[in-house]
Amino acid sequence: MASLRTLKFLRQFHQKIMQNQKLPCVLINSFEEPYCVNEDHVADLKKRLNFVTMQEFLENKTHFGPKIQAIYIWGGKPVIDKELLQSLPTLKIIVNSGAGLDHLDLNLIASFGVKLANTPHAVTNSTADMGMALLLASARRILEGNEVATSPDTKSFSINWMGQEVTGSTLGIIGMGKIGYKIAQRAKAFEMKILYHNRNRRKVEEEQAVGAYYCAKLDELLQQSDFVLLITPLTPQTYKMIGKRELGLMKPTATLINIGRGQLVDQDALVEALQTGIIKAAGLDVTYPEPLPRSHPLLKLKNVILTPHIGSATHQSRRLMMENMVESLLAALSGLSIPNEVNLK
Amino acid sequence: MQNQKLPCVLINSFEEPYCVNEDHVADLKKRLNFVTMQEFLENKTHFGPKIQAIYIWGGKPVIDKELLQSLPTLKIIVNSGAGLDHLDLNLIASFGVKLANTPHAVTNSTADMGMALLLASARRILEGNEVATSPDTKSFSINWMGQEVTGSTLGIIGMGKIGYKIAQRAKAFEMKILYHNRNRRKVEEEQAVGAHYCEKLDELLQQSDFVMLVLSLTPQTHKLIGKRELGLMKPTAILINIGRGQLVDQDALVEALQTGIIKAAGLDVTYPEPLPRSHPLLKLKNVILTPHIGSATHQSRRLMMENMVESLLAALSGLSIPNEVNLK
Repeated sequence: MASLRTLKFLRQFHQKIMQNQKLPCVLINSFEEPYCVNEDHVADLKKRLNFVTMQEFLENKTHFGPKIQAIYIWGGKPVIDKELLQSLPTLKIIVNSGAGLDHLDLNLIASFGVKLANTPHAVTNSTADMGMALLLASARRILEGNEVATSPDTKSFSINWMGQEVTGSTLGIIGMGKIGYKIAQRAKAFEMKILYHNRNRRKVEEEQAVGAYYCAKLDELLQQSDFVLLITPLTPQTYKMIGKRELGLMKPTATLINIGRGQLVDQDALVEALQTGIIKAAGLDVTYPEPLPRSHPLLKLKNVILTPHIGSATHQSRRLMMENMVESLLAALSGLSIPNEVNLK
Repeated sequence: MQNQKLPCVLINSFEEPYCVNEDHVADLKKRLNFVTMQEFLENKTHFGPKIQAIYIWGGKPVIDKELLQSLPTLKIIVNSGAGLDHLDLNLIASFGVKLANTPHAVTNSTADMGMALLLASARRILEGNEVATSPDTKSFSINWMGQEVTGSTLGIIGMGKIGYKIAQRAKAFEMKILYHNRNRRKVEEEQAVGAHYCEKLDELLQQSDFVMLVLSLTPQTHKLIGKRELGLMKPTAILINIGRGQLVDQDALVEALQTGIIKAAGLDVTYPEPLPRSHPLLKLKNVILTPHIGSATHQSRRLMMENMVESLLAALSGLSIPNEVNLK
């Protein structure tokens, strides 16, 4: 009886090893905070992928190196460098959570003949919603209002405490890609006048559908907007696109919203502009670095709302991102065309 | 001599906390001759017979029988905002005095506030800001999440002017819209925003991810949302109140928020305002409180003031009164 049971156990164990060997071997950063895969996703992921963590890999490069066919980047980790790519001779695909690619060396990845996919569609709605959330929270001074409502010193509510009207105001969208366009759709419902600046002009029908007016010159958008919203990728061309000069062109009653990347903005110039009333307020989901040093002036300004890069942070969007990434990964390993493949040329 | 030609109008005060907006004072004084409550109380015999109108700003001054009896030539009361629950309409009618408010001036800003609270609650803006600014924060967790707004279900309780504007905004977020109202809206109006009428409130409560209260406080709507109604809501649902504090059984709400019966709440209105500083609502992490600022924008407040002056002057000239409230 004992040996029969042992045999059964051994057979199941052997099957499990064989099954796991059939699942693709994928490198991830960790299962533990702070830089880890979403624990809600782990069970589903493990049904389809065989994970190796960075720690396991580093402890046994000889064993795992040749096995790893894919890397699953979640929240920008693990970091992809030359040393890592050199240690993974059978690596075919890197899948990256989110839309941003500025943390990846695309030429480096291409030079190893490895493919790359991201998740631009999965983050679109949640990031557009975040842009509107920050715009409304800044305009209506939700944070300051909450402080008044909850402060131990509050004895009455002043009837003359006010914020900025959103309905009918002018929104300038810098970066009219998928996310920017979704923001325009939402802003239109608030009867906002919409200006936009983009590398390329959108089709007339697309402009008309949201009532958006193209500003070929960024200056024009900056001068006319009550709310300036940054939603472009970070590239050498967009680096510090909003500096002292640009802030100076904005209205003193204007609010800057950044849901793109921290380095789109000259942060020191922004601090000065906010402190001296050059612009009225800012809502920043992204900064450089993240998090900011705890002593940074942006943490202390009353007219700033900071959020911890949560533009795509909803249960639904993160699950969709995960599904997209697995789909791209499996397609790449099967030699099929890869959904959301990034053109590395 | 010029001042004697301007109408004599009673206001609460020029000084905080319950006063006319100081940005408006210069413009107002060009058209109206003000008497403050303090001036009036110090010299009722002199001012009483002169006061033809009362300009209520932020619910003050309070209108009671004693005041109305002291103002024999009073013709019109103009009230800032849309809400009338702080006024005894029968009492005012019994003195033959007319009343006007400013329902249109507050519509956009209050609808915007509803959306602002919905988004701030769903995406946990307050908590996020605490993480971003806390001295203890060393890194941002990639697995910190909120609720998706796009594609979710919004249940609007009270589909008046403001409720309808909220529906228009929510539609752009691809939200599924349910509504409950005294009266059903026209089919074209429903279709324009994709709103589905829920004759039974329960149906709306059971299906909504976000429940938004935008209705007037009346004896019929008092404590409309109580323990039973909260229990019908999804445990992932968020309650937004931009109507009046007493639409909600506040104790039941506290319990629901503490025990996970609903997920969160965004409240621009409470009862009383402000809440006592020891009230549990001030301490709950899943609550965003704002100090009744639904109409608090420079633009809306100026429009309210203009509407009120227009109604006041029309009443004193015997013309038809814009935004007159039917006191029958």
